[in-house]
Amino acid sequence: MSKRIVKLMQGNEACVAGALAAGMKFFAGYPITPSTEIAEGSAEKLPEVGGKFIQMEDEIAGIAAAIGGSIAGFKSMTATSGPGFSLKQENIGYAALAEIPLVIVNVMRGGPSTGLPTSPGQGDVMQAMWGTHGDHPVIAISPQSVTEMYYETVRAFNLAEKYRTPVILMPDEVVGHMRERIEIPNADELEIFDRLKPVEGEDYIPYGVREGDLVPRMAGFGEGYRYHITGLFHDDMGFPTNSTVKAGVKINRLMAKITDNLEDLISYDEYLMDDAEIMIVAYGSTARTAKNAINKLRAEGIKVGMLRPITIWPYPVEATLARAKQVNKVLVVEHNLGQLMLEVERVVKSEAELHFLGRADGDVFVPSDIVKKVKEVL
Amino acid sequence: MKNSELVSKYMRDSRLPHIWCPGCGHGIIMHSIIRAIENLGLDKDKVTIVSGIGCSSRAPGYMDFNTLHTTHGRALAFATGIKLAKPDMKVIVISGDGDASAIGGNHLIHAARRNIGITTIVFNNNIYGMTGGQYSPTTPHGDFGTTAPYGNIDRPFDIANLAAAAGATYAARTTAFHATQMTNYIQKAIAHEGFSLVEAISVCPTYYGRKNKKGSAVAMMNFLKESFVDVKAAERMTPEQLQGKFLMGEFKHNTQLPEYSAEYQKIVDRLRKE
Amino acid sequence: MGNQFELRLSGSGGQGLILAGIILAEAAINSGLNAIQTQSYGPEARGGASKAEVIISDAEIDFPKVQDLNLFLALTQDACDKYIKGINPNGIVVVDDSITLPADLKAGKIYSLPIISTATDKLGKGIVANIVAIGVLTELIDVLTREQVEGAVLARVPKGTIDLNRSALIEGYALVNN
Repeated sequence: MSKRIVKLMQGNEACVAGALAAGMKFFAGYPITPSTEIAEGSAEKLPEVGGKFIQMEDEIAGIAAAIGGSIAGFKSMTATSGPGFSLKQENIGYAALAEIPLVIVNVMRGGPSTGLPTSPGQGDVMQAMWGTHGDHPVIAISPQSVTEMYYETVRAFNLAEKYRTPVILMPDEVVGHMRERIEIPNADELEIFDRLKPVEGEDYIPYGVREGDLVPRMAGFGEGYRYHITGLFHDDMGFPTNSTVKAGVKINRLMAKITDNLEDLISYDEYLMDDAEIMIVAYGSTARTAKNAINKLRAEGIKVGMLRPITIWPYPVEATLARAKQVNKVLVVEHNLGQLMLEVERVVKSEAELHFLGRADGDVFVPSDIVKKVKEVL
Repeated sequence: MKNSELVSKYMRDSRLPHIWCPGCGHGIIMHSIIRAIENLGLDKDKVTIVSGIGCSSRAPGYMDFNTLHTTHGRALAFATGIKLAKPDMKVIVISGDGDASAIGGNHLIHAARRNIGITTIVFNNNIYGMTGGQYSPTTPHGDFGTTAPYGNIDRPFDIANLAAAAGATYAARTTAFHATQMTNYIQKAIAHEGFSLVEAISVCPTYYGRKNKKGSAVAMMNFLKESFVDVKAAERMTPEQLQGKFLMGEFKHNTQLPEYSAEYQKIVDRLRKE
Repeated sequence: MGNQFELRLSGSGGQGLILAGIILAEAAINSGLNAIQTQSYGPEARGGASKAEVIISDAEIDFPKVQDLNLFLALTQDACDKYIKGINPNGIVVVDDSITLPADLKAGKIYSLPIISTATDKLGKGIVANIVAIGVLTELIDVLTREQVEGAVLARVPKGTIDLNRSALIEGYALVNN
């Protein structure tokens, strides 16, 4: 095995590197702070590997063209931030219903509206879950470091391809823009998943699931299977249907991608939880601040630990509930005024006392803020 | 090729009958598209038809190619992704007047500007049909729609010339009455390397016709016959003779400018050589 | 948590202080240490106060921003006024000699040095003021050596400017040692 390359890398740059390692061959997007480096990096690197980059006329076109690239058979990505994420919502729903693999990166900045373009935030957590209309499967991931940007981008592509669904990668601005040390893994250290293609010689049923498969197999346009893709509810052949029976089967199968595969989808991390009496729930860069605070509190003998969701949707319900039963108090810390807190509240119920620390003014928490809050709720 | 043969070769007959109203002009335009494809001898596996939302956008579902029914207005953006990813694919976009020039107007002018090798066929019936007769960007000034109960005060787009001005290298307009000419234009548009657009004037007797007292479908087809004049013929006509007439014909045909996905491929080839 | 050294480099947008932060972080990583670089900036590509923060450590760095400021650099009065707060009473302050420091400033060591005029007058290129500053900081940060920093600088600057940038570093070293 060759030696890993160690270097200083920016979070957004690591996202591009991870995407290329995962096999990204197509990127379409629109420039927006603080995600633009992902477009710039893709523009530079993709043609070198025979891939394609295009800067579209707007955010909506960015995701639409990326879906087109995926339908043509290529692993595809788009990247954006707050306002652009809002604009992309309709087509996120399209990709979910039409089952098009796609990675959407949303580097979170301060909102709402144009908000605080160069400042961090975590205010898009609920939008990732509920932003597009209708019920639909959602996978959203929040990395906390440059190294995680790399690996979680790879995982986002793998999940998109495996489950034929859009996957949203949601770093906050701090993670997108900071530079830190990363060891780039060698290609043979990574497990890469490619969408399954139709079986040759078999009749192709574009939205039928073969025995033993998780999702329908996906033919790229131009590969000899002429079929129909639509954002209308459709039958197994892909054609529009108004049948409530068929629509029910379809939506239930889509939702089951998540509910039947929680173990595969959910990723989280725990820090000093075994003897903890207080559990902090935090994600992204906020979790790093919390970790620093926990070390300070532990030095004073306060038994505090952390559960850090890496997959934020689907939320790690079981793990949170198990720990909620162990601890007395749960403190959710996030860069918004209480979004994932609502999910934690739903899960924890009366198992522990729930507290919240949030801000949405563009500035970050410092560890002493969290130390102070923990002492307050003790 | 006889019509029945054309239908069984290119249509998904299990999907028929279509949803369009009696007297709708859209079927004629769809027919012209498959006739043009037959004349060009294209491989069905290498043709992708993309649409947005609206009456016209249901057409791809009936046609036996790689077909993609997208979100409202966005067909050209999806199609751009497919064409760039697979430059060998013939990509045809079917769009309505509202889909192409209102909600999708930005994508139209930018696809034209890039000169990307996509053929757009705009089924222009001057109204939003699927939602029940609201005025569109091509509803004539003074006409009525359910959202223009006192007469339309908007001025209409000339879609063919809008595309030409934005950079399309082939732009033409014809009508559902002039079916042979339509096949001819669509054929030239598909064969064209850069961005091409054919504005196909359709008729909507159900909504536009009734709202504006245009008479039967036959009367509306006769109106197309009487009121559209070829641009070349119009050059020899007096302003009085041109009163109340509309222009059709080929407004632009430039084969000199480079096609977008081919230009990108040059970058890929150059970098891969280095 | 191991030994952690925290720096803040500030100036006007376009002076290259974010690049300076990146270079120092790269030098640290190339010498086997851990480092993290963050920045904050306004909408201006040029002008406006901007800052880059660098943390160098021999262990994992969790909180990515400065908590205990060990070294502060400012090249403009505006940036100095805005970003000097939080300097450790034993910390090091380096400012361009055009800057007036707060009267009540408490710091371990204060260097007021002609960084900008060295770049503009002596080297004839104002644009290398950030590299002169890196030279200064190299002499003040124990864990970085001249070789590591020079390597990191030369890897980041345009090919035709290597001699100029090397001279800028040398002038920076000299500003401290004289």
